[in-house]
Amino acid sequence: MTLWLMAGLLFTPLAWAVLTLLTDFVWGRRVTWVGILVQVFVSLGLWLTVAQNGGFYYDLGGWGAPLGIELRVDGLAVTFVLLTAAVASACGLHAGVYIDRHKSWHRYFWPLFWFLWSGLNAVWLGGDLFNLYVGLELISLSAVGLVALGGNANALRASIRYLLAALLGSLAYLLGVALIYGQFGTLSIAGVVLWLDSHSASAGPGLALALMVTGLALKTALFPLHRWLPPAHGIAKSPVSALLSALVVKASFYIAARLWLAFGESLGNQAAAQAVGFMGSAAVIWGSWLACKQVQLKQVVAYSSVAQIGYLFLLFPLTYSVSDSISLQAQQGITLQVISHALAKAAMFLAAGNLILSVGSSRVDALAGVSRFLPFSLFSFGLAGVSLMSLPPSGGFAAKWLLLQASLGSGQWWWALVLLAGGLLSAAYLFRIYRASFAEIPETDQFFHPSKSLEVIPMVLALMALGLGFVSEQVLSVMALPFAEEGAP
Amino acid sequence: MTPSLLYAMAGAVLCGIGLFGLLRLSHLLRKLLAFNIMGSGVFLIMVGLPQHHVGPDPVPQALVLTGIVVAIAATALAVVLIRRYYHQSGMASLEGEADSREGGPL
Repeated sequence: MTLWLMAGLLFTPLAWAVLTLLTDFVWGRRVTWVGILVQVFVSLGLWLTVAQNGGFYYDLGGWGAPLGIELRVDGLAVTFVLLTAAVASACGLHAGVYIDRHKSWHRYFWPLFWFLWSGLNAVWLGGDLFNLYVGLELISLSAVGLVALGGNANALRASIRYLLAALLGSLAYLLGVALIYGQFGTLSIAGVVLWLDSHSASAGPGLALALMVTGLALKTALFPLHRWLPPAHGIAKSPVSALLSALVVKASFYIAARLWLAFGESLGNQAAAQAVGFMGSAAVIWGSWLACKQVQLKQVVAYSSVAQIGYLFLLFPLTYSVSDSISLQAQQGITLQVISHALAKAAMFLAAGNLILSVGSSRVDALAGVSRFLPFSLFSFGLAGVSLMSLPPSGGFAAKWLLLQASLGSGQWWWALVLLAGGLLSAAYLFRIYRASFAEIPETDQFFHPSKSLEVIPMVLALMALGLGFVSEQVLSVMALPFAEEGAP
Repeated sequence: MTPSLLYAMAGAVLCGIGLFGLLRLSHLLRKLLAFNIMGSGVFLIMVGLPQHHVGPDPVPQALVLTGIVVAIAATALAVVLIRRYYHQSGMASLEGEADSREGGPL
């Protein structure tokens, strides 16, 4: 059973990428529907298996480490696999209607979409440092291709800038991997932890951890390395922006978080943890402030991503040299933040795409009167905004609540101020959009009505983000499941 | 000091050169070449650093082989994007004026 689930999970996206490479856009869409169905079932099946029996290590094709690929299937990984299935299928279904099928190069959306999905699954399940690198590169290259799908000079400029940033980040990460291997002779994260537990740490691996986290922070667009993100996410087509903001930046953060939680206690230090936290706080404030000042609707949403990513990096100070219960609280808060931001931001980008399609302009002030003509999409946008502003009962609220408790519990009250200020600023940039869309200008009643399916998909995602607050207990309980067999590698 | 450690040090130097080029040069093809130099530096460190008494370690060599494939794929994608960008905009750098001073047409 498990064998089939794993095979389905890893093999389908790659097979579908090759299949859709051979078809035109319309056939690619049909083939993709089948693939999405398979992926959703397989992800759900794997999640249920782990929820019942606990996590396990899985040697791909029966080949163990170091030359084989060892996958780490635990509660956190399957939670993100399921999240990917939800968000990516929504974006795939939306893209099938949203993207113009008459431009011949748009058929490449499908293979890139599937390669992206396979890379994401590889990163969530990856158990050793080098395979994580390969997964990361697969994600970056297909994400760059998706941004370049716009085809004009501005889209190409944004995608080249994105590519250069992503490649530099990957090389920094790979350099760290080389140093780790040179020191420990193993690439498995669990293996390095075993070694660290039995020896006293030296300076070399500390540098390796710093290099890896810096490279990953560049790929996650942590302030002040965020400059590539707004042009790329703002100019890409809406379903692509949704994929990039919801999932792609989370993949590199996920690796950074895994590394920090595994090695941070022995290789990190207080100053570095605080510094990362301060950069995250600066991202929250600066990103929200810039979001208030953007004239393009999608740029507002993109800068909001910069701000929301900032919260994630509070994980570093909130888990370093604190008690286990506070560390667990912080980890749970960050996980909820990742999930709720992924759902809410995907909903927001898809709804923003509908609004732009409807008014025919991407400017915020062109939204005047749209509340009468497209209330449903605007409502989805608003619901997603509730989660971003972290109002109860949304998933964003549950996440911020846990983080608030962790920061007060560990005596680091300054992060609580950042959480409050971030919430207020996000309300400021979101209400600016609502105000623009409720303005009445008599002479504008030329609106294009997008099809119903385009409007329903962001609503479903926004409702999921909102409902996450109610089911956060269950989500967190699966996440915390221990491994079935202890210390396998 | 063994010969393989010498490789690792050469790799570190190449990394520095590549990083400098990637950050300071403006012509896109030069940036791409700098990325490749930096990548070669990382690969050299990867094979040179693990020190064994029994001879070369096969694992990093397998890793570098995979790394080279990834680097080639990235380079190919970058070349396609840069070429397309040049055809559409007439520029060979991200910042500014057409046909930047050091670059010019390809």
